[in-house]
Amino acid sequence: MKIAVCIKRVPVMEVKFAITADGSRYDEAGLKYDINDFDLWAIEAALQLKEKAGAGSVHVLCLGPNAAQEQIRKAMAMGADSGTLLETDARVYDGLAVARALAAELKDGGFDLVLFGRIAIDSMNQMTGPMVAELLGLPVVTNVFKLDIAGPTGRAERVLEGATEVVEFPLPAVLTIDDGLNKERLPSLKGIMAAKKKPLDVKPAALGEQTVTVPRMALPPERAAGRIVGEGADAVPELVRLLQTEAKVL
Amino acid sequence: MANVLVIAEARAGDLRKVALEAVTAARTLAAQSGGGDVHVLLAGGAGIGAKADALAQHGADKVLVLEHDGFALNNPEALTATIAQQLQGGAYAYGVFSATSHGRDLSARVAARLGVGLAPDLTGFAVEGSAVVGQHPINNGKVVATLALSGAPALLSVRPAAFQPVPDARPLAIQAISSAVDPSASRVKVVELKQGNTDKIDLGDAPVVVAGGRGLKAAEHFKLCDDLAEAFGNAAVGATRAVTDDGWRPHSDQIGQTGRNVSPDLYIAVGISGAIQHLAGMRTSRTIVAINKDKDAPIFKIADYGIVGDVFDVMPALTAAVKAAKAS
Repeated sequence: MKIAVCIKRVPVMEVKFAITADGSRYDEAGLKYDINDFDLWAIEAALQLKEKAGAGSVHVLCLGPNAAQEQIRKAMAMGADSGTLLETDARVYDGLAVARALAAELKDGGFDLVLFGRIAIDSMNQMTGPMVAELLGLPVVTNVFKLDIAGPTGRAERVLEGATEVVEFPLPAVLTIDDGLNKERLPSLKGIMAAKKKPLDVKPAALGEQTVTVPRMALPPERAAGRIVGEGADAVPELVRLLQTEAKVL
Repeated sequence: MANVLVIAEARAGDLRKVALEAVTAARTLAAQSGGGDVHVLLAGGAGIGAKADALAQHGADKVLVLEHDGFALNNPEALTATIAQQLQGGAYAYGVFSATSHGRDLSARVAARLGVGLAPDLTGFAVEGSAVVGQHPINNGKVVATLALSGAPALLSVRPAAFQPVPDARPLAIQAISSAVDPSASRVKVVELKQGNTDKIDLGDAPVVVAGGRGLKAAEHFKLCDDLAEAFGNAAVGATRAVTDDGWRPHSDQIGQTGRNVSPDLYIAVGISGAIQHLAGMRTSRTIVAINKDKDAPIFKIADYGIVGDVFDVMPALTAAVKAAKAS
């Protein structure tokens, strides 16, 4: 089984972001980076499928800055066999531009499966996977949290709001992986050593015209400081009064 | 003057509330573009056409009804082809989707098929010249990006609950349409829809959400949340990732970075400490109440009202008080 996994380098979100003085973007000084959470589960899914098949390869594709080699090496330390970085210093928010660059790279790869995380937690675009599928003419199943591949067909369950859908599809296909499918493995020391010798190809990203741009960024409005109404069950009458008279939600 | 095509989301033969929200957003878009018609594409199995009236009541000038057994369950490939066909040819300046699991999926496919830009998950927008400028939460909701979108048609999706449906009745006008492709020929086949609790209100639609965390200590104690939700009558129960990971609640109940975004009028956090991954999914709720025994829990920093206390003491008292308030 030949699998490609598309991953993204994203900021670690446990920080307070600041907006630059010109209001055009968030300040990147001091940020730490990691592989997007959902992409970790996509990598894990690919590794498990390869292990189950007993043969095959897992190739990692990433569009991002030169430093994103770090994330590709981490995926290799988890067990991926090879990687390609489509290098760009641009911060691209146009999902279609990214999808076109990825699709051009994947087109002749002969992959049985192309996996994505369901959403990138930085751009929160949630569109690149299905766009790549459309550009490649492949079937796609998004939001996968249960997966079973048997020969040339697959069966998946996908998350909706308050419901799920069971979906059958033929291979080759594109899948976007949601939370709940697996827990990603940690890179082992042996894996980290082995990753250093695996092939990593770096080439410029072919980003075309962009139809979505980001002229401004801002911080969301702060919530006004709340208050502690009281302690224990004794505070319930006062809470109910506030919900009725102040918040007017009861 | 710009016409707008809305893709209405239906599930199991019923319109979802997000469909009406999308129609309201589309009316705003048409008005800001100097006027124009709002058409709504509604696809489903036998009988779906009967749901068109609710769309007209909220501002649809015309409803394009695709009624066919091949769409009784979601059929994303045939829908993509049909939506793309309607949007081609210049009749519409904009396509509006709901930023739900279905809408996110469809809008991306259609955008790639037509080779046009897509501005996703907007919480607000304005038309500026020939571009739509909209607000889209990024970085887990900790930053708001303003997206500028041009293209013909320009596609956008609107975040659930960001636009409240506004009644704006029009005479009901239905145009039957057919699928652009054979619906039975789709490679990806949805074979089953597993509804959560069909008799219960969906998390995304509920005006009140009662969410439980590890502080409830065991799956069976979620009854405290269920009881409070029942006392409200218009509430749904959600959970933190820790809780869905432990299997106390189904995966689709998860609220947060890796789960659902909710934005109800009232959010009651029960035994939830308030990890940022959870806050990312509920911080835009209108009023937030937190009940937690740890007075230093981060949830109290964003809660409008907090009670420091044992959930096992507070919840029965709150449930009784809400019942009494509802009865009076």
